[in-house]
Amino acid sequence: MDEDRRKFLKLAGVAALGIGSASLVKTVNGKERRSGKFPQALEGKRWAMVIDLAKCQEHEGCTLCMNACNQVHNIPHFDDPRHEIKWIWKEPFENALPNQEEDFLEQGVSKGPAVVLCNHCERPPCVRVCPTQATFKREDGIVMMDMHRCIGCRYCIVACPYGSRSFNWQDPHLGLGDINPGYPTRMRGVVEKCIFCEERLAKGKLPACVEACPYGALTFGDLDDPGSKVRKLLKSRYAVRRKVELGTRPGVFYLV
Amino acid sequence: MIEYAFKGSKRYWSWVIILLLIIGAGVGTGVYQWFKGLGITGMGRDIPWGFYIAQFTFLVGVAASAVMVVLPYYLHHYKTFARMTVLGEFVAIAACIMCMTFIFVDMGRPDRILNVFLHPTPNSLMFWDTVVLFGYLVLNSVIAWTTFRAERQDITPPRWIKPFIYLSIPWAFSIHTVTAFLYSGLEGRPFWMSAILAPRFLASAFAAGPALVVVACLIVRKYTRYDPGVDAIRALGKVIAYAMTANFFFIGLELFTGLYSDIPHHVHHFEYLFLGHGGHAGLVPWIWTSVLLGLIGLVMLIVPKTRNNLSTLGFASVLVFVSLWIDKGMAMVIVGFIPTPLGYYLDYHPTLPELTISAGVYAMGLLIITALYKMAITVRERDLYPGG
Repeated sequence: MDEDRRKFLKLAGVAALGIGSASLVKTVNGKERRSGKFPQALEGKRWAMVIDLAKCQEHEGCTLCMNACNQVHNIPHFDDPRHEIKWIWKEPFENALPNQEEDFLEQGVSKGPAVVLCNHCERPPCVRVCPTQATFKREDGIVMMDMHRCIGCRYCIVACPYGSRSFNWQDPHLGLGDINPGYPTRMRGVVEKCIFCEERLAKGKLPACVEACPYGALTFGDLDDPGSKVRKLLKSRYAVRRKVELGTRPGVFYLV
Repeated sequence: MIEYAFKGSKRYWSWVIILLLIIGAGVGTGVYQWFKGLGITGMGRDIPWGFYIAQFTFLVGVAASAVMVVLPYYLHHYKTFARMTVLGEFVAIAACIMCMTFIFVDMGRPDRILNVFLHPTPNSLMFWDTVVLFGYLVLNSVIAWTTFRAERQDITPPRWIKPFIYLSIPWAFSIHTVTAFLYSGLEGRPFWMSAILAPRFLASAFAAGPALVVVACLIVRKYTRYDPGVDAIRALGKVIAYAMTANFFFIGLELFTGLYSDIPHHVHHFEYLFLGHGGHAGLVPWIWTSVLLGLIGLVMLIVPKTRNNLSTLGFASVLVFVSLWIDKGMAMVIVGFIPTPLGYYLDYHPTLPELTISAGVYAMGLLIITALYKMAITVRERDLYPGG
């Protein structure tokens, strides 16, 4: 692996004399991200999120998790619903978890909204259909998006059963206010989505939405670790996932 | 031979210039789209594929349908199609090029198109569709060119072309099957997730494509001294009648399975398509027009009197073509998105820039057909009327 990288870097150095040195440097970064190996990184075998709907719904109209995500990832705002870019947002329960609403009337959570985001499926349809491997699943379960490789065919959006993916229908800078210099902005014509804050995990931090929720409604952790917080929650409470009948095995759970 | 496309009457040149103007408008709008992004179309977050991909899907069928003249001629030595086969192959070539152009204008980053080949991904049907479509274009170009050149020189085509011709027959089926697989393999889109989708695609293609060839042959008969043959045109009428019958049968199968099972996520799409839902009924007038035109056309093709009369056959072919164009080029793709995965209803309206670009692509296809037909017809007119 190391040997391969050294060879690659040598090649890159030679090629840099020619064209596109910048894009090659990006490729190197991309390789590091694919393996997810940074010294201070949080490590997991199967990252997952557990959302406590009751806790979340106690705070009607709260948008802290969304604001944090939008801010951190330079997500533009557009008024036209056709052009919206959304990584994490709220949907009515029956839209987010159809056919599951009547079963849980007692708890009352089916009356309120549910936070939705990319499910980071164990068997992601978007990855299966992508013609360039621009979207791919990492070893730790995160479904990643390489916005430098994406050709903008939108097959992944068509394939996603959850409506979790967004396309840049126009220059995203038109909808951006203050830009966070710590995260790249995108260009028109590529797909993007929640990436479980892989850039923060690499620095040992929890996802921005999880950190931003003061009520502890969002819990993040390793599904493969029996001692993890997410596993403890799933053991003690009844949880549902979105459209389980499709066999995608989502990594986002809803406590009801 | 290509020089024949550059010599023509005033009428020929006015037609070419009209097409060139439409292509120019399309290219101009395409440049605008490149700088602004696909937001200038009617597509959006909930309807990520629209008019472009629908046209692509429809035209793959037109391309595949060349097999309806190739197969009887080469496999069954059906000599009636002798003078028509190359016309069918030329339509296939133009349709393939239009398909590729529609995919190209639909891409968010067309500058990265080579990524499909730099990072080949066999688990993606999009990758396979690119491969089979490109292969089909090459096959048809080689076959049409070789056999036509031989014909012009009054010699039998070289033997090495035979295997390519035989290969082109299953290949034609493959391009439309793979295109159907683009849709029917998606667990999140129940409207398309049907095993009958590929056969349904083929049936509608084998009606729409020959319908187009019938119309093209009738135009050729009217405006040139070349006759592809009345019997050949009538035989195509039969092909259309059978294929259209199969198409309606398959639609009936879809409706039965979807509606009788009464599973909400199946029923919802059909409901939106045929009746509309909650004030959203964008496809309702279209689909009923399609059904009506299709049925009238089919009856006219089944009744021998109207099928054998060239004017009524031409009219019925237009009805069938329009009906299937609406079905595949408007309804089939869009309704798969409505309701959305989150259960919302909305309508899709292609925008003027989107339609202009599409018109440009169609004009380009027509220009290719015109030039190729001009070539073929000039050569054949000389054979038939040496001395002019």
